Amino acid sequence: MKWFWYASPQTFFPLAGTLARWCGAAAGVLALIGLYIGFFVAPTDAQQGEAYRIIFIHVPASWMSMFIYVVMAGWAVLGLAFNTRLSGMMAQALAPTGALFTFIALWSGSLWGRPTWGTWWVWGDARLMSELILLFLYFGFMALQAAIDDPRRADRASALLAIVGVVNIPIIYYSVQWFNTLHQGASVSFTRAPSMAATMFAGMIVMALAFWMYSIAVVLVRVRCIIRERE
Amino acid sequence: MSEFFAMGGYALYVWGSYGVTFACLALEIILLVKRVREAKT
Repeated sequence: MKWFWYASPQTFFPLAGTLARWCGAAAGVLALIGLYIGFFVAPTDAQQGEAYRIIFIHVPASWMSMFIYVVMAGWAVLGLAFNTRLSGMMAQALAPTGALFTFIALWSGSLWGRPTWGTWWVWGDARLMSELILLFLYFGFMALQAAIDDPRRADRASALLAIVGVVNIPIIYYSVQWFNTLHQGASVSFTRAPSMAATMFAGMIVMALAFWMYSIAVVLVRVRCIIRERE
Repeated sequence: MSEFFAMGGYALYVWGSYGVTFACLALEIILLVKRVREAKT
């Protein structure tokens, strides 16, 4: 692969279009499979009844909210290091989708918290607050980008914000271990087997893949718009 | 069928999550399609 060849917006443009179509189609198929497993194959939870089915949205959306931020910060670093035009455009294209998944994570978490914890929201809970800060970081990034007229200067300023804000990601991830929080610990980790039924786990993973494909498709279509608008 | 939609009494929470999620994704797609059309002209 000639990576720097694709670092030019003009050569990236058609590739992004093709990838977006395939990823969009994959997202639709995976979402149907994931929802089928989530609602018709996965059993009712012994403790939470049907309320736990929020997991198939909540966990994949939370993963995406953090992952998109890390990718956005990665593009920001590339942009500052190599001064490539595409980097800033990619970061700009990622932010709205990241913010959307952060909102979905907070919203579904709130609707899950009410029946299981007895409250919609807890001020001062480390997991909840750090995820809320993530939403504000996305908003701050988008506001800064929009506030500066020269797109190249806007890219550099917002890249700095994205890079500083990345310290929040490990805080979100480890908040359930570091702090005494109402939020439960991770049910899935890299180091041990998932603590849930195999079909529940499968539904969650398929939905996560669907969200991945959706995000890639939407971000690539958006970056094509940004390329058109800027050049 | 109605048992399915009742979600064991958790209908508000389960469908509230799924409904808002898909509404958000649909809204993002609609706004993006609009932006694509505007960028082309």
